[in-house]
Amino acid sequence: MTTRLLEIENLTVRLAAGKAARPILDGVSLHVERGEAVGLVGESGSGKSVTCRSVLGLLPEGSRASGGVRVDGEDILTMSSTRLRDLRRRGVSMIFQDPRASINPMRRIGDFVAEGMRAGGVPQKDALKRAEELLESVGIREPRAALRRYPHEFSGGMLQRVMIAGALAGGPRLLLADEPTTALDVTTQAEVVSILTGLRAERDMGMLFVTHDLELAAAICDRIYVMYAGRIVEAQSTEGLFSRPRHPYTSGLLAATPRLESDQPPHGVPGRPVSLAEAPSGCAFAARCAHARPGCTEHEPGPREIDGAQVACLRAEELIHD
Amino acid sequence: MTEYALEVEHLRKTFGEHVAVDGVSFALRPGGSLAVVGESGSGKTTTARMLVGLERPDSGRIRVAGRDRSNAARGRATRLARAREIQMVFQDPYLSLDPRVTVAACVEEPLRLHFAMTPAERRARRDELLARVGLGEREADALPRRLSGGQRQRVAIARALATEPKVLILDEATAALDVSIQAQILDLLAEIRRDTGVGYLFVTHNLALVRHVADDILVLYQGRVVESGPTRDVLTAPEHPYTRLLLHSVPRPGWDPAGIAADRRALATALRKTPPAPAPDRASERRSVTP
Amino acid sequence: MTAVPLQRRRLLAPLARIAGGDKLVTAALAVLAVLIVAAVFAPWIAPHDPDAVDLSATLSGSTPEHLLGADQSGRDVLSRLIFGARTGLLGPLVVVIVSTLLGMLIGVAAAWHGGVVDSVLSRAMELIFSFPALLLAIILVAVFGVGLTAPVIAMSVAYAPYVGRLARSVALQEKARPYIQAYKVQGWSGWVICVKHLLPNIAPLILAQSAINFGYALMDLAALSFLGFGVQPPTADWGAMINEGSPSLLQGAMLPALAPGVAIVITVVAFSIVGESIADRVARREQ
Repeated sequence: MTTRLLEIENLTVRLAAGKAARPILDGVSLHVERGEAVGLVGESGSGKSVTCRSVLGLLPEGSRASGGVRVDGEDILTMSSTRLRDLRRRGVSMIFQDPRASINPMRRIGDFVAEGMRAGGVPQKDALKRAEELLESVGIREPRAALRRYPHEFSGGMLQRVMIAGALAGGPRLLLADEPTTALDVTTQAEVVSILTGLRAERDMGMLFVTHDLELAAAICDRIYVMYAGRIVEAQSTEGLFSRPRHPYTSGLLAATPRLESDQPPHGVPGRPVSLAEAPSGCAFAARCAHARPGCTEHEPGPREIDGAQVACLRAEELIHD
Repeated sequence: MTEYALEVEHLRKTFGEHVAVDGVSFALRPGGSLAVVGESGSGKTTTARMLVGLERPDSGRIRVAGRDRSNAARGRATRLARAREIQMVFQDPYLSLDPRVTVAACVEEPLRLHFAMTPAERRARRDELLARVGLGEREADALPRRLSGGQRQRVAIARALATEPKVLILDEATAALDVSIQAQILDLLAEIRRDTGVGYLFVTHNLALVRHVADDILVLYQGRVVESGPTRDVLTAPEHPYTRLLLHSVPRPGWDPAGIAADRRALATALRKTPPAPAPDRASERRSVTP
Repeated sequence: MTAVPLQRRRLLAPLARIAGGDKLVTAALAVLAVLIVAAVFAPWIAPHDPDAVDLSATLSGSTPEHLLGADQSGRDVLSRLIFGARTGLLGPLVVVIVSTLLGMLIGVAAAWHGGVVDSVLSRAMELIFSFPALLLAIILVAVFGVGLTAPVIAMSVAYAPYVGRLARSVALQEKARPYIQAYKVQGWSGWVICVKHLLPNIAPLILAQSAINFGYALMDLAALSFLGFGVQPPTADWGAMINEGSPSLLQGAMLPALAPGVAIVITVVAFSIVGESIADRVARREQ
């Protein structure tokens, strides 16, 4: 069996220090194959961003992690810092939500895109040449002139393209995208997504796409993981998830999303999303779940395989969520 | 002739050289629901701010419940009268409440300003308003920082309803909330409109949302109205290419982002040559502007 | 043996709670508490009359009778130090209160109205900035005569723009927040919104700056007394004490000048630490 591009196995993260001690993730397992686009969907406090950042070895300050985060079979959690730096430079790249907050406003665009290559020992001239090609590939007009410009001269959408160009500079095999279009206008979002998905397919990169927007994940990804309160509650192919959601939370999310093509008005899920630290014993969703039974608050349901879907719900077999 | 709850004619606002709002006209019938749709820079937020008096229009007319409110309020009486006619709920529930004021006090403040009530009457009305938005005694004593985003937005709605306005402006009021909470708030808003007959002006970029909350729609692009009409008609058969682009941009299974990107570029080029002419119209009639 | 540390811990406990467990801030608060107690209860605490002359003890150095020795005129240094805390704290207190009120008024008014009001007030603040505070004090001394009044007025005016500039910038940020706009939409007047909502929300940051200013004002006023423009001998005042004590330095008596000098340094540092800690706490809460 060949190793997977990304394999997160039973990842548990907790803040250990002092008053802030609390669990953040509990037994998260997911994987991304080579060239596959995978969605990680959840609401606030679900732990989706923490999971995503763990792949770059970026864990919250003062936290302790157990389990495994492997890229091409190599465990990030036990990796030396030199090896980790090398991996961030060449193997795995990340695109953040707010490009304006993630790009140094005092430096030229060319320096931003080329900095990883320069640090990797590429001569300045070659690195800038390559940066120009990358800017062109993300649809920046007059890329040569753009190299010498500053972030404030670009709109949010254009700056997000610059961030994508920077992320592609090291020729990564795995792209991590943490809500990359949330801060953008809808038509700009479409444009950035089209660039991202086009380049991903062209370069055969794997992608973990983190978002709160189930519809957006569905439009981009082959498979989707749904997170709630620091745990993965459901994992399925995109078609499967939409046609036959297995977890009551997933169907709740689907029902709550307003849809253009549907006459059904959006229907809220009672209560509010909780984080793992606030979650009661048993199933964290039980308090908001219309199908909960007394047993649900006693045992934390482990993930089970049903018709190709991974579901963490005691009643997954009985319920039909549609 | 029916009197509109809100009537806007040829509204215009410039910031220096930049024309933010350019000849925008629309009307909202009492108890109606109108969505003003557009992206950043479309002028939708500036329009909303002019309606509540946070910005002063350069020209144009604003009539609320039949009274002219085009000019900045002069004096206390007009200021208060306007506040009793039109209120607003802001986007960010984390910034729209004074962090030092408890929920109860936050709802009582406008009551104290606008109505002559005994303290007991005021408390009763406050509890009624809080119950209306699904909040109880426990939340009433809390400071905003103890509340979740959804609860805060409920407080903001209760506060806005306190003056018994005819029109409530909802400026991306659910955009910062989680999906499961957004739907709760939308349910609540629908219920309130049914019970009180308040009219809504939704300011949003989210067409899928508009589909379910608004009777009429007004699409803004670069400060101008490019299309307006009953929501169902506009969304099923959009006439203006920008409306079509917005519609196609809503992510869904089978979505074609590359096609949208191409359309967007084509539209930008076309509109650069011929900017849209202002459309003088009522939102309830079907209009669009050919680029 | 163990009774003393236990008692001390009990005394410090409320201060430590206010300080949020930070040892440095607790120490700074303790210093300030000691100073305030000394200033208020000086006549009961001081071992001697600050002006009583004991010629036999002149420049005596530390003795059981005079713990910090006696100065050139044979007055007890420790007692003068304790009484000196009165003018030492009262002057800066007035300066800080007046400059804070003035600065907040100017800063918030400039931020709230913007436009011409902002330009005029901002230029006025720059004008005061560019005028040396000590020079202003000396000019006012010419008008009011020597004593505490002229320096306090001068410092109040000179410190107001520091507060004003800070108040203006934080008020500008606060004014743009939706909760302020919500109050406008509710129909409240600008005056009420500023006083009831904007000011209380920016006050902690201003307070932090004022605490730091307290230390600087103390230093400036002491400097003026040292130069002979402020509190006049024989009144016990730290700045004046340094002035009076400095000739004795040549005769090898360090304490009369050194003791008030150290007192000034410790007080200024304590106020700075407390000010910084307030600012830190505000920043943490903002997150």
